[in-house]
Amino acid sequence: MSIIEVNNLTKYYGKARGIVDVSFNVEEGEIFGFIGPNGAGKSTTIRLFCSLIYPSSGEAKIFGKDAIKHGPEIRQDIGYLPSEVFYYEGMKVLELLKYSASFYKKDCTERIYELSDLMELDLKRRIDDLSYGNKKKVGIVQGLLHEPKLLFLDEPTSGLDPLMQQKFFNLIKEENKRGATVFFSSHILGVVQKMCSRVAIIKEGSIVDIQDIQTLQRENYKKIHVVAEGIDEKVFDIPGVIKLEKENGAVNFFYKGDINLITKLISEKKISDVTIEAPTLEEIFIHYYE
Amino acid sequence: MNIFKHEFKSYLKSVGIWSVSIFLIILIYLSVFSSISTDIETLNEMMASFPEELLIAFGMTEMDLSSILGMYGLVFLFCQICLAIQASNYGFSLVSIEERELTADFLLAKPVRRGEILTAKLLAAIASLTITNLMVWVSSFLVIGMLNDGLPSETKPLIMLLLSIVLFQMFFLAVGMLISLLMKRVRSVTPLSMALAFGMYVLSAFGGMLGDDTLEVISPFKHFEPNYIIKNAAYDTPLVLISVVTILIAIPASYLLYSKRNIHTAV
Repeated sequence: MSIIEVNNLTKYYGKARGIVDVSFNVEEGEIFGFIGPNGAGKSTTIRLFCSLIYPSSGEAKIFGKDAIKHGPEIRQDIGYLPSEVFYYEGMKVLELLKYSASFYKKDCTERIYELSDLMELDLKRRIDDLSYGNKKKVGIVQGLLHEPKLLFLDEPTSGLDPLMQQKFFNLIKEENKRGATVFFSSHILGVVQKMCSRVAIIKEGSIVDIQDIQTLQRENYKKIHVVAEGIDEKVFDIPGVIKLEKENGAVNFFYKGDINLITKLISEKKISDVTIEAPTLEEIFIHYYE
Repeated sequence: MNIFKHEFKSYLKSVGIWSVSIFLIILIYLSVFSSISTDIETLNEMMASFPEELLIAFGMTEMDLSSILGMYGLVFLFCQICLAIQASNYGFSLVSIEERELTADFLLAKPVRRGEILTAKLLAAIASLTITNLMVWVSSFLVIGMLNDGLPSETKPLIMLLLSIVLFQMFFLAVGMLISLLMKRVRSVTPLSMALAFGMYVLSAFGGMLGDDTLEVISPFKHFEPNYIIKNAAYDTPLVLISVVTILIAIPASYLLYSKRNIHTAV
């Protein structure tokens, strides 16, 4: 059974587009990435799952039940980390976490201390004294304290330093091993690459592709930069090369295909430098924007 | 119950401030009036020197300043204005505070129905208003008893006046809540609650003066006019029913709107 089943889900805010005709499934135990630029509809999709907003048409099923009709029941097993974290300012961290725990049927006290310890969160401080990064940590503990079966993470790493990001990723991986399904939205490909098995790419409210993360990388363009004296860029004009440009004695292009063909071409020339990089998300999108 | 506790706690400070303010209003105004009233002659002269319109506006034309209850009627009007602002504040911010401070994403993603959330919030606001209400009772009896050497023999008008507070508060709470849910976004509560409270007051106060009394019937200041209640020791039942019907429409309508509401994010 699919944990999330989305059928032709559409959301308009008045006339403004949220998402249009989105369909996909997320299977049990997956870490499913959801990538796209700002404003593509990532948060809209997650907020529809939590019934914070209601669809204009289509439906989302979670645990096989309609997300709207069975909302409260479903949310018992959902953990949600919003992209922007805001909490009741007058409260202390522990008070807020206990308030959060009071909504669930199980006793979460032990888990609160465990998670806060791990994320180095000071439970005695007031919410309004916390930095953005620390508020994000409150969000993480708040989203995980009831050991949910399904996690919605909306841009979870923004505001966290690299060390904390690493701890967070380990935590998510542990949750995943425990059996939790994870729905992970981000606009940073690197983050998604590290964590996810499959990704959906959303652009202007519509899903443009759903792929295995390995396939996505393998089948994607490489960004190649070659520096050489008096080189003629036309030698690289083979099938699979796009955006071929010459600039200050350097040649830049994107290439998709057998990497040996290109390295062979490069090795035949006398060059002073070469870089072959995995493309950034924006560059991956070149493929989808064409 | 957890939401109710959380909400109720957040009201305590505000309830304290309103209760003390209302106590002071009753104490100060009633003391001042009762000290002037020893000299009825001067008082009447003073009243006569005011323009007629002003007297109408403050509902002082039919006031009997020779008795403590007559004076209390005017003081009660000031209390009503405070109660109206307080109840409107609570009504307008009841749901909108979560959206303005962006805590709605926290609360609504919890396993609770929207209806349960609204009920808990509404009950917390009503409990807070009821505490303020009781404080008006206590302050009134205390100050009147103090200035009058014991309560006046006829307490029925006083009690009827105080009993009217419940519906008066519910009107502003329910209407404030309904308006806030009809709006896409409530950026600031105070201007709205001031507009609602003073708007209703102005409708009632100036309605008669302008000779246009069709609009004043929607104002709870008219429905629960202190002078009328004191003079007749009774409510103007048809007018009170308008308040009741408004409350009975506004509350279910709010539930309906809230259960269908799209919660917006920042930006």
